[in-house]
Amino acid sequence: MEIKPLGDSTVLVRVAENFERAPEEALNAVLAAQAGIKAARIPGVLEVTSAYTTVALFYEPARAADAGAPRENIFQWMEQQIREALSNAKEVEADLKRSVVQIPVCYEAEFAIDLEHVAEHAGIHCREVVDLHCSAEYRVHCVGFTPGFPFLGGLPRKIATPRREIPRKEIPAGSVAIGGMQTGIYPIKSPGGWNIIGRTPLRLFDPQKNPPVLLRAGDRVRFRAITREEFDGSTT
Amino acid sequence: MNATAIRAGFLTSVQDLGRTGFREFGISLGGALDPHALRVANLLAGNDESVAGLEITFGGLRIRFSDERILVWCGGEFKARISSTTIDAGHPVLVRAGEEFSIESPTLGCRAWLAISGGIDVPIVLGSRSGDLRSGFGGVRGRPVRDGEEFPLGENPQRAKVLIEKLHGERIARWKPPHDWSSTARREPTLHFLSGTDRDRFIESALGLFASGNFIVSPDSDRMGIRLDGPRLERKEDVDLLSEAVAPGTVQVPPSGKPILLLNDCQTIGGYPKIAHVITVDLPIAAQLCPGDRIGFREVSLAEAHRLLLEREKNLEQFRRGLEAHFQ
Repeated sequence: MEIKPLGDSTVLVRVAENFERAPEEALNAVLAAQAGIKAARIPGVLEVTSAYTTVALFYEPARAADAGAPRENIFQWMEQQIREALSNAKEVEADLKRSVVQIPVCYEAEFAIDLEHVAEHAGIHCREVVDLHCSAEYRVHCVGFTPGFPFLGGLPRKIATPRREIPRKEIPAGSVAIGGMQTGIYPIKSPGGWNIIGRTPLRLFDPQKNPPVLLRAGDRVRFRAITREEFDGSTT
Repeated sequence: MNATAIRAGFLTSVQDLGRTGFREFGISLGGALDPHALRVANLLAGNDESVAGLEITFGGLRIRFSDERILVWCGGEFKARISSTTIDAGHPVLVRAGEEFSIESPTLGCRAWLAISGGIDVPIVLGSRSGDLRSGFGGVRGRPVRDGEEFPLGENPQRAKVLIEKLHGERIARWKPPHDWSSTARREPTLHFLSGTDRDRFIESALGLFASGNFIVSPDSDRMGIRLDGPRLERKEDVDLLSEAVAPGTVQVPPSGKPILLLNDCQTIGGYPKIAHVITVDLPIAAQLCPGDRIGFREVSLAEAHRLLLEREKNLEQFRRGLEAHFQ
């Protein structure tokens, strides 16, 4: 397993070599590694994150040194702590058996400015795009870009659509979109280059809650089509 | 027990040492772009080092206080005053009820941090009072301070009360921190960097161009990152990578070949190859860069970066202990 510095206060651990070939396995391995490293409570480590094939540790070198890391060799010490954590972590299962989160989406034209483009690209009707989008079970591969933005894998290949050449300056919160082989949801108003096919009334990011996000890496997700009336009913 | 920003200035926000523990949810670290300056200013004001102060960009702030406070500012080359009295960077000063602290536009650098004894008492959101202006939460309702904005201050801590008594006569303390702690802007600085995680993805000459080249700060820079104009840094292949963690200090290179030095409000993940990482002790210098400024880069080892960081922490600890006498 490759462990390398990302600057002087971050360590990057490459847990899996490839993601696309076996996303489920890679994700499970990464989440297990993240959980194992967190559980080890390595001195000086502030937080542990994951993204696709990698786990990152953000740390304070001075605190690691206070805890016994040799001052001339703090990185090697961190690396050793990480390897120990990972070898002890084999038994630590990331809590992977999570229930499926249902996301209601209104796919009506007003919210779905790129639905026709996606349909055209796939050579099918808009209705079929919606059916396909609702037919699959997705998994959150990564959270990032903005607070709570889930990168979802599992999109039916047929409706995969390249990102827009020129990103839009402002995408409304709740917009459900397709970017290449992934689908995702914009939790807050932000710029974005994905194709917008609908909108959910759910809040994906609420800073007053802990955890502040609806979806986390590893979660399973399904989309369910709702009418405009249902959308209005659930936002009030 | 409060302060009123008569004029908010170009861009002023509430910042503390940032939001730790939420990056796995896509939430930026945030916090003062020069956390060291804020820590120093807080310690001098009799605060815990982590309380919230103001980050002032390009000056223009006028702020009035409703009771006695100790103020300390650190950062670029600014002219600051209370009434007609000039207040130099790093010197604790007593501001009385009804008085106004003002800071003009800078002659060098672009940011200053103002510590107020008692700290700014806006609500803690996700473990921090820092305003996340990109995502719209924390600080003052997730946005910059506005003209006329009033915010609550915490109670003066015991140490600040002692200092307030001492400064009733002379108003400005004669003691200050080391000059390069309180005045952090540099002309044409050289930033030290560690070899990038993806250096192998660049053509050999790109690495040389980065290390030897001169870059100019683009106007399109903010708390997320500093965009640089200069020699085009070419990658071997024009493919985006699978996103992975980035951090303040990371220098990533988008397809344009123009590098971006990420700062505290950067995204938590990125898919552009990383050519370098600016070392933590040099980020305060980066935080002062203005559009049009020239900068260069020089490589150091990870051991050297850690040595410098540990030394700075040790010096800060000594400084903290040295201050005790002033608070008794």
